[in-house]
Amino acid sequence: MAYQSLKEINRLCEEEGMPFWRAVLQDDMNERSVSEEESLATMEKMWEAMLSASESYDPSLMSGSGLVGKDGAKMEEYRKRGDTLVGDFVGQVIARALQMGESNACMKRIVAAPTAGACGVLPAVLVPLYQERINRERIIEALYVAAGIGQVIAARAFIAGAQGGCQAEVGSASSMAAGALVYLKGGDNEQIVHAAAMAMKNLLGLVCDPVAGLVEVPCVKRNVIGAVNALAAADMALAGIKSKIPPDQVIDAMKEVGESMHVSLRETGEGGVANTPYARKVAGEIHGKG
Amino acid sequence: MNIFDILGPVMVGPSSSHTAGAVRIGYITRNLLGSRPVKADIGLHGSFAATGKGHGTDKALIAGLLGMKPDDMQIPRSFEIAGEEGLSFSFHEIRLAGAHPNTALLNVEGADGKCLEVQASSLGGGRIMVNRLNGLAVNCTGENPTLIVYHQDRPGHVTSVTAMLAEPGINIAALNLYREKKGGEAVMIIEVDQAVPSDIIRCMEARDGIRKVIYIEGEK
Repeated sequence: MAYQSLKEINRLCEEEGMPFWRAVLQDDMNERSVSEEESLATMEKMWEAMLSASESYDPSLMSGSGLVGKDGAKMEEYRKRGDTLVGDFVGQVIARALQMGESNACMKRIVAAPTAGACGVLPAVLVPLYQERINRERIIEALYVAAGIGQVIAARAFIAGAQGGCQAEVGSASSMAAGALVYLKGGDNEQIVHAAAMAMKNLLGLVCDPVAGLVEVPCVKRNVIGAVNALAAADMALAGIKSKIPPDQVIDAMKEVGESMHVSLRETGEGGVANTPYARKVAGEIHGKG
Repeated sequence: MNIFDILGPVMVGPSSSHTAGAVRIGYITRNLLGSRPVKADIGLHGSFAATGKGHGTDKALIAGLLGMKPDDMQIPRSFEIAGEEGLSFSFHEIRLAGAHPNTALLNVEGADGKCLEVQASSLGGGRIMVNRLNGLAVNCTGENPTLIVYHQDRPGHVTSVTAMLAEPGINIAALNLYREKKGGEAVMIIEVDQAVPSDIIRCMEARDGIRKVIYIEGEK
């Protein structure tokens, strides 16, 4: 049985004296009846695919609708000029998040994490760290941390925009990434779940309002807020700041908010920015083309 | 959900339901047909019709029919490849009463001249469900190894088929039986835990009253 709460994972870790990621690995071995080596090999494959997707960004591509593309390259050029407000590292994270979101919209190969629409968040924060200073083994362990958090979110709430809005997709991805980042920076299990909770809390209420129903606008740029918010939440947790609301209760709140969200704001392409006059015009042109 | 439903699948974008799921619908249809498709007429229902083009649902369905999986980098080029491999296709919008919003109705013809109509839905996260086979209501996900046994609705077929599976120790995870009418064409959909060797499938097909057996390898 997969974990139903973050508290349950941390209690088990405390009893057995093991790290968060190992509790998730052990559960996967039980759930899918696989060996430790098999589970690790599958996670390696996910990381390989993420890394290769991140490196194979094509700055010349535009999506079929023509709505997105090339912005990731613009951000990267700007960063290289060395004068970003957010500094070089966060500049890289922003560029990577945009690039992966664009790659997804342009039918390139990506890793859904937890969904295709939110596929840019995790690699945006992990790839620059990996390139700078973190070894591969630690990254794989961090992916287990992320997956464990995502699994609890899926069990207690949801990870689909159609069910819970963008908070369920980018919010969940951000929460997963925040926990993974804390682990990579040497934070403890308690800090991992508090980072996850703060990241989620900051994105509560985020609606899913794709223009013309496509995973393009505002999805690509929402990956940026997911990634940058994860960094902020992780740093807060590492500073010793806690979520006042217990982490599992934050996830439950996300569920409640998602369920009360109007259907026009849950991936139907009918509300939010999708319902602006400009978006309506664009949608008419795209679908009119047939 | 296991952790690789959370981190994964590896797929060609942009949408797990409209792209990855659509590839899998095409792929399972090719398997159900049992030969290389040469002609496909595809009806798109609901959200597949409304936003399918922008999500590459059409290219994804054709890619699946060509035997591609959801992570195949050639998916965006599927229309060209269909031309090279002699698969002609057409799309139209369709309204299917009571169907899931992401549903396609595929009429396909194989290289051996046989035809098949498949209605399937993309349920989210890349998971799919085949709802109808030649109009007969069924439920089949293709996630586990699956046998699809077309037979005459007559006593004894279920016993003989399940006995053939029990003999080599193949465990049945789910068994569903559907028929168009009493004594007419029936179909058993059997999901199993182990791979089914081809000699067992041949034995089944040799049975009187069993018209055809299709085997889908499953993904796990």
